[in-house]
Amino acid sequence: MDEGRVIELTDVTKVYRTGDVELRALDGVSINVEKGEFVAVMGSSGSGKSTLMNIVGCLDRPTTGAYVLAGRRVSGMSRSELARIRNQTLGFVFQQFNLLSRTTALENVELPLEYAGIPAKARRSRATRALDRVGLAQRLHHHPNQLSGGQQQRVAIARAIVNDPKVILADEPTGALDSRTSVDVMAIFQELWRSGITIVLVTHEAEVAAFASRVVIMRDGRVVSDRTQQAKRAEPAPEATL
Amino acid sequence: MSPIQTLRVALRAILRNKLRAFLTTLGIVIGVGAVIAMMAIGAGAKQRVEEAFAAMGTNVLIVLPGSTSSSGVHGGFGSLPTLTWEDVTAIRTDVGTVKSVAPTLRSSMPVIGEVQNWTTSITGTSPEYFDIRSWPIALGVGITQPDVDGGTKVIVLGQTVVDKLYGPNANPVGQAVRVGSTPFQVVGVAGRKGQSATGQDYDDAAFIPYTTFARKVQGGLGKYLQGSIMVAATSSDTTSRAQQDITALLRDRHHLAVGDDDDFSIRNLSEIANAQQQGTDTMTTLLASVAAVSLLVGGIGIMNIMLVSVTERTREIGIRMAVGAEPHHILIQFLIEALSLAVAGGVIGVALGVGLAVWLAARFQWPTLIQPDVITVSVAFSALVGIVFGIYPARKASQLDPIDALRFE
Repeated sequence: MDEGRVIELTDVTKVYRTGDVELRALDGVSINVEKGEFVAVMGSSGSGKSTLMNIVGCLDRPTTGAYVLAGRRVSGMSRSELARIRNQTLGFVFQQFNLLSRTTALENVELPLEYAGIPAKARRSRATRALDRVGLAQRLHHHPNQLSGGQQQRVAIARAIVNDPKVILADEPTGALDSRTSVDVMAIFQELWRSGITIVLVTHEAEVAAFASRVVIMRDGRVVSDRTQQAKRAEPAPEATL
Repeated sequence: MSPIQTLRVALRAILRNKLRAFLTTLGIVIGVGAVIAMMAIGAGAKQRVEEAFAAMGTNVLIVLPGSTSSSGVHGGFGSLPTLTWEDVTAIRTDVGTVKSVAPTLRSSMPVIGEVQNWTTSITGTSPEYFDIRSWPIALGVGITQPDVDGGTKVIVLGQTVVDKLYGPNANPVGQAVRVGSTPFQVVGVAGRKGQSATGQDYDDAAFIPYTTFARKVQGGLGKYLQGSIMVAATSSDTTSRAQQDITALLRDRHHLAVGDDDDFSIRNLSEIANAQQQGTDTMTTLLASVAAVSLLVGGIGIMNIMLVSVTERTREIGIRMAVGAEPHHILIQFLIEALSLAVAGGVIGVALGVGLAVWLAARFQWPTLIQPDVITVSVAFSALVGIVFGIYPARKASQLDPIDALRFE
């Protein structure tokens, strides 16, 4: 096994069955992601990119095929084992931010560390550092409803990186943001990528995919295009850092 | 996740909906409160019965003569004199489990003082009577053996009679009174004994030697005793044994063949006390089970609100699962929440129940007895209710699919 390989999907299928109707959401997908890549998965709705994301994110299990994440065979793991993998190896960023309401930014970021069993003091300092890294050191005790969309997404990114994951999975992270804020958020992703974190991002916007180093295009549950590219540099607007 | 952290999350979730949490716990509050109050009142009532019977003496037996039987009509016990004075002596000397014996002859007669008169229950008895009834003499002396032997005209008055004839706190020792037309000298006053369980005033009584009673009231000390015999067993444990021994002795002395009915009866006061206590126990059990039903209803209320809570917080559950919560983390989180609701209800219920018991005791002068073990059991039971009714919603939450949970609007 390649040391630098983080994600290894081999002939993965996912079949949903509703009564007699069979839907092949993934139809023999094989993708490898090396350490340090920034992969954008593109495709229209129904292309299977969300299903792929759920399987890569250990939220769902493939019907057939093998999935090896960071050297561990994930297909066939129990729910508890999958939860631990998500906690230790993955960081999630969602379109709708998915922060706990009526909970401060700091506590939101601490959440993965709580389930990892990290003591309170270490939790606090690590969460503070993660928030500092996304430029929210001044917003530790704000609740999500006191933050703008961009700020909320940055809290979510801080939560994704706080437990030092191998891979960050972002599902349409800019889908709920305006274009200016989108660029700011993409700048953060690029900064994380440059520091060595592997990123897999699902989007349907070509402008967003342009910031990645590799673009995978899906259609009808199959990979139809997979190419590396020169990542476009995301320049945050100077006044938008906070 | 540490237990303290889990508890904090649960408490925060509860406090987010204060009114709802309060209404949810109300069932448990009322249930536990009712249990505590009912048990306190029940225990108080039981204690009162116990005290009442202790005042009568728990080792006391009363031997009553048999019934008349003429043309098939049976009179009640005591209607036919079947007990002899020799029976009294035999019980005293031949039964090892008997401590002391006192014949009691009774009649209601007027006691006439210098100014007032008062009709009361006159008892002709022996010196042992006051010992059997654990009844101390407050002033002067009791009836003595020389009084019985000599048939002297001495009288011991009860407190109520003293109050009626001489006024409260008077000392009538040495005074002369008449019972009917016979003059007596007051030699003592019996201590205040209070009321029986049925409200009868023990202190409305006067006592004279039984020999005097037999001669002056009953026209002579014949073969048969025109009254009953009061017996004290050596202890409350030997009372039943003494009852059997006396029955055997009297059947033998009265030459009753096997199969014949007893021509006497023996009342065991401790049995009556037990019957009374069983009555109170039944009542207490009944009330407690009604309260237990309301605890059950409270538990269903908790389950209902926990199910609502799980549905409302589906997305939160999804987020927690996405960042690494294992199914058992979610299970414990919701279980702790249900448990906290139930225990909070239990604790508030205890406070309410104790308050209610104290208030009822003060308001209606009921005896109440708050038992610590009842409080412990109630709180433990409400915790159990929380777990039993919390487990299903918590399981439901822990088995949610993370993808569906995250998508839930």
